[in-house]
Amino acid sequence: MDSRILIPPLTEDTIRLLKAGDFVTVQGTIYTARDAAHKRMVETIATGKPLPFDPAGQLIYYTGPCPGFGDHPIGSCGPTTSGRMDGYTVDLLKLGLKGMIGKGERSAEVREAMRKYQAVYLAAVGGAGAYLSRRVVKAEIVAYPDLGPEAIMKLEVVDFPCIVAIDAQGGNLYTEFNKGDK
Amino acid sequence: MRTINSKDITEAVKKAAIEANTLLPTDIYQALQEAYAKEQLPRAKHILEVLLENADLARQEGLALCQDTGLVVVNITFGQEVHVEGSLEEAVNEGIRRGYREGHFRASVVRHPFRRENTGDNTPCVIHTELVPGDGMQLTVFPKGAGSENMGRVAMLKPGAGEQGIIDFVIEAIEMAGGSPCPPLVVGVGVGGNLEVAPYLAKKALMRPLGKPGPHPELEHKLLELINRTGIGPQGLGGNTTALGVNLEVHPTHIASLPVAVNLGCHSTRRCTVEL
Ligand code: SF4
Repeated sequence: MDSRILIPPLTEDTIRLLKAGDFVTVQGTIYTARDAAHKRMVETIATGKPLPFDPAGQLIYYTGPCPGFGDHPIGSCGPTTSGRMDGYTVDLLKLGLKGMIGKGERSAEVREAMRKYQAVYLAAVGGAGAYLSRRVVKAEIVAYPDLGPEAIMKLEVVDFPCIVAIDAQGGNLYTEFNKGDK
Repeated sequence: MRTINSKDITEAVKKAAIEANTLLPTDIYQALQEAYAKEQLPRAKHILEVLLENADLARQEGLALCQDTGLVVVNITFGQEVHVEGSLEEAVNEGIRRGYREGHFRASVVRHPFRRENTGDNTPCVIHTELVPGDGMQLTVFPKGAGSENMGRVAMLKPGAGEQGIIDFVIEAIEMAGGSPCPPLVVGVGVGGNLEVAPYLAKKALMRPLGKPGPHPELEHKLLELINRTGIGPQGLGGNTTALGVNLEVHPTHIASLPVAVNLGCHSTRRCTVEL
């Protein structure tokens, strides 16, 4: 499949070119965070302290991977359901986060903020954890090691495949095909 | 009376936990292949191809099929003539503990539902036992991810709602779930019993291999057709393959009740059954 290459940090000019349905591959650095890490980050923002990494221009990948072993820097690492992060996402978009990678639909509030702050939502294939782990060449914990699989990790990825599910103009593959998703 | 040593149970559960998480059951793999051959939408076809490649890689490399290696359900059919030396519950949990450590699987269980500290070894699992005549013992290890489990639903319908009521409820559950439970799905439906039996039946339905006949094949078939007509497709991104199969189980119920439960299994519906 033809796909556009995304190398964070991403600019608004790049974001504007992406349309729901496009295949993209991500190269370079992305950060993992899921439920517990989001809760802590948003609490940190509220106190005015700096986050463990600067979200400006970056992509957050919603995953809680299996541990690496042998010559695997990381174990299975597919996306988790993004909807659980909806309540935390707007605060990060305000700080310049340019995209999220996950699975499943986002809330109206997140979609609206994505338009306002120009960000994209990318779907990785849920449940393809073994397949996606082969696209990660390096994984390192950068914050909250006490959270175990929910710690924030910095991943180096090569040809990490995603589909643009919601673009910054409001184009949305889910509303096209799903009735029930909020 | 036949005596089974708890050490043998631990060993069997450990092996089953590793196998369940790394080898996609043959019936699911074949259903994915058939869906791949039939799917029309290029994006959906591509996703199905990725899922088949994922299963191949997991098998070859001993990697977990999915990082959500789940809260494990262990169903035990227990012969009445069997005596277990030691604690059955401890033996099963020790098997899960060892299997998850050796398999390098994620620890996904918290000790308390609102304090939420991770137990670190993916125990305890959920154990169901069914007593049967004889001196055999069969264990099914069923790791269940939360993405799909969280989308399950149960309703106490009015008996007058009948078959159509069941159909409407199942379709509604699938439409509400959209892409979150990782379609293509295996849909488990439990009908009858009472408030706790219907969801148990729905979970048990997911443990039945696709293609193995259940009590209501016509209704299963009809549901599958309707589900695939929703257009939700693989990952909720459109297509004809929303479900790979529907398994429905029934149980006697009260004259005034029609309990229905839906338990959604994702494309990574993993299970491994061992005999002792
Ligand atoms: S729903 Fe299934 S395939 Fe998807 S992430 Fe959860 S366990 Fe994995």
